[in-house]
Amino acid sequence: MKDTKQFQQQTIEANPVAYPYMAHPGISSKLVDEISHYKSEPDWMRARRLQALDIFNAKKIPSWGGNLRNIDFDSIHFYMRPVEKRATSWENVPQDIRNTYNKIGIPAAEQKNLAGVMAQYESEAVYHSLKERLEKQGVIFDDMDTGLRKYPEIVKRYFGTVIPAGDNKFSALNSAAWSGGSFVYIPKGVQVDIPLQAYFRINAERVGQFERTLIIADEGSFVHYVEGCTAPLYRADSLHSGVVEIIVKKGARVRYTTVQNWSKNVYNLVTKRAFVYEDATMEWVDGNLGSKLTMKYPSVYLLGRGAKGNILSIAFAGAGQHQDAGGKVIHGAPDTTSTIISKSISKETGRTSYRGLVSVPKGMKGCKSSVVCDALLLDEHARSDTYPTMDIRESDTIISHEASVGKIGEEQLFYLMSRGIKEQEARNMIVQGFIEPIVKELPLEYALELNKLIQLELDGSIG
Amino acid sequence: MSLTVSQLHVTVEGVEILHGVSIDVAPGSVHVMMGPNGSGKSTFAYALSGHPRYLITSGKVNVDEVDATHLRPDERAREGLFLSFQYPVEVMGVPVRQFLRTAYEAIHEMRVDPVAFSQLVKKEMSELRFDPSFANRSVNEGFSGGEKKRLEMLQLSVLEPRYAVLDETDSGLDVDAIKLVAESVKRAKARRTGILLITHYPRILEFIVPDQVHVVIDGRIAQSGDVSLAHHIEEHGYELFRS
Repeated sequence: MKDTKQFQQQTIEANPVAYPYMAHPGISSKLVDEISHYKSEPDWMRARRLQALDIFNAKKIPSWGGNLRNIDFDSIHFYMRPVEKRATSWENVPQDIRNTYNKIGIPAAEQKNLAGVMAQYESEAVYHSLKERLEKQGVIFDDMDTGLRKYPEIVKRYFGTVIPAGDNKFSALNSAAWSGGSFVYIPKGVQVDIPLQAYFRINAERVGQFERTLIIADEGSFVHYVEGCTAPLYRADSLHSGVVEIIVKKGARVRYTTVQNWSKNVYNLVTKRAFVYEDATMEWVDGNLGSKLTMKYPSVYLLGRGAKGNILSIAFAGAGQHQDAGGKVIHGAPDTTSTIISKSISKETGRTSYRGLVSVPKGMKGCKSSVVCDALLLDEHARSDTYPTMDIRESDTIISHEASVGKIGEEQLFYLMSRGIKEQEARNMIVQGFIEPIVKELPLEYALELNKLIQLELDGSIG
Repeated sequence: MSLTVSQLHVTVEGVEILHGVSIDVAPGSVHVMMGPNGSGKSTFAYALSGHPRYLITSGKVNVDEVDATHLRPDERAREGLFLSFQYPVEVMGVPVRQFLRTAYEAIHEMRVDPVAFSQLVKKEMSELRFDPSFANRSVNEGFSGGEKKRLEMLQLSVLEPRYAVLDETDSGLDVDAIKLVAESVKRAKARRTGILLITHYPRILEFIVPDQVHVVIDGRIAQSGDVSLAHHIEEHGYELFRS
């Protein structure tokens, strides 16, 4: 293990952002106490953090999913704060951070009249601009720390209700060490007509990032929340363990879109779940590229009659990567509907797994669920597995499940090449066609970015 | 200037299927290749297009001045060769419109104006009785057999190859669809495309008069002649050619 000073030096050299506050590696009750104190949090939050830490320490590392044995919790920095004050406009964001964002194309997105940009740079939101219109509508779009400060009652009421600390080891870790993330509240009947966007990234070696997002869509409202995650390459393993809780009240609709491209040494272990009430709709659109290991199963709990849940996901695993992704739907009310569409691509020694659950308890009549998972293997060594669990206890339901595993066929390639298309481009076309049903659901700039990223992966020009 | 194949020997998985086939297709001419099942007609088509499983062990394929014998399929296409597939392949999620433009730009090594190109596609689609909505459908996905063959003909029209090999494009079609294929062939011929029509049935010859007819038996051209050869086969079958 490197000594902290040396590491700090390297970090600063790697990207010379000033780090006024840098925690020692490893997590302890002292550190959790310090984080809470540093943020001037209310006592109840500090108590929750400490309680969550106990749960984290008590829980074993999951033995299913991917290989988590090599995570060295003692060498991870659990808290880092790159700038003292949150910037309120793009101009106030420090130049070096702006440079980093430039590389991942945020100004271009900014030009496209975004609703408000909230970017997480390491552990703290550094940039946060909110359009006046949103404020007039009564929409709250803050980073989670600000949310806690400004709206402690709402946060206290909902925080941890969808995903309690005890849900799993990593939700416990997040509940203890969380920092940043978004706090979103959409008032009754308000339709937010432009996507709310947040950019997340981990910038320093061995920095754990534990963002925490809470979205509450009140009755009859609509919001599309978009997170794009990119990260450059690092030398040591890094951990990202976010928690996203969403409450979709009666008749509301929330779409949550993620396009992420973590660097290939990041453990990306995220818990995402939505409670969906009567006639409300939750849609998860999830694009997983990058990371060493991703374990992520966006979940929908359908808790009111007529509730709907849709989960769309794409995973790409290149050499040495494992994408263990899928979705879970609990039909906790009658006449609820769900679809899960999962597409995965594996290349070289990459491995994708679909892991899904559809549960219809006894008495939940009139439920419908459709699950489709398709895997595309780009070469002989690539691997794909499917772990679908169907727990159906009610006979008055309509359930369908289709799964396929395929390779890029010689005949498909020959067909395209016989039309003058070069082999690499033909492969790209086939892959992009394969993921098209999900890409078309993404906002245009993300669709382009995802296609570009996958093309780069296929060309082998990155990684 | 012609598509010149000389003494082509082709093996598939180690077994020689073609034992020295020669043919010379001039621009704007229509050649017909007939033969019983398993005589090597489709092997000839695939070998000309450069399918990796069809190995040319000796002989030559020349596209005009270029020796295409050892070129990759995409390179052959850029030299002006086109194959209309007997069993066109589905490409999920790739719209016909995008596919045609990508192929056109690849073959002609130039960028096209998307608007002008899509108008051209629309016009050619209407010639082939395609509903305009087909341009947005995935290539061959969920197409009927006839629609797949018509999409091959659409490509023949839009991609403007110099030489086209049509591998049983007319098989499995009703008479109206055969007429559409024949019309496409005539339009291509009018554009000076050299055509090699591989067929089982002489029916399409009611609508097109070929310049030459070749009978393939057991991997060799048993006889070449004019259209009367096709009529002879229609009446008497292939028995006469088996020696």
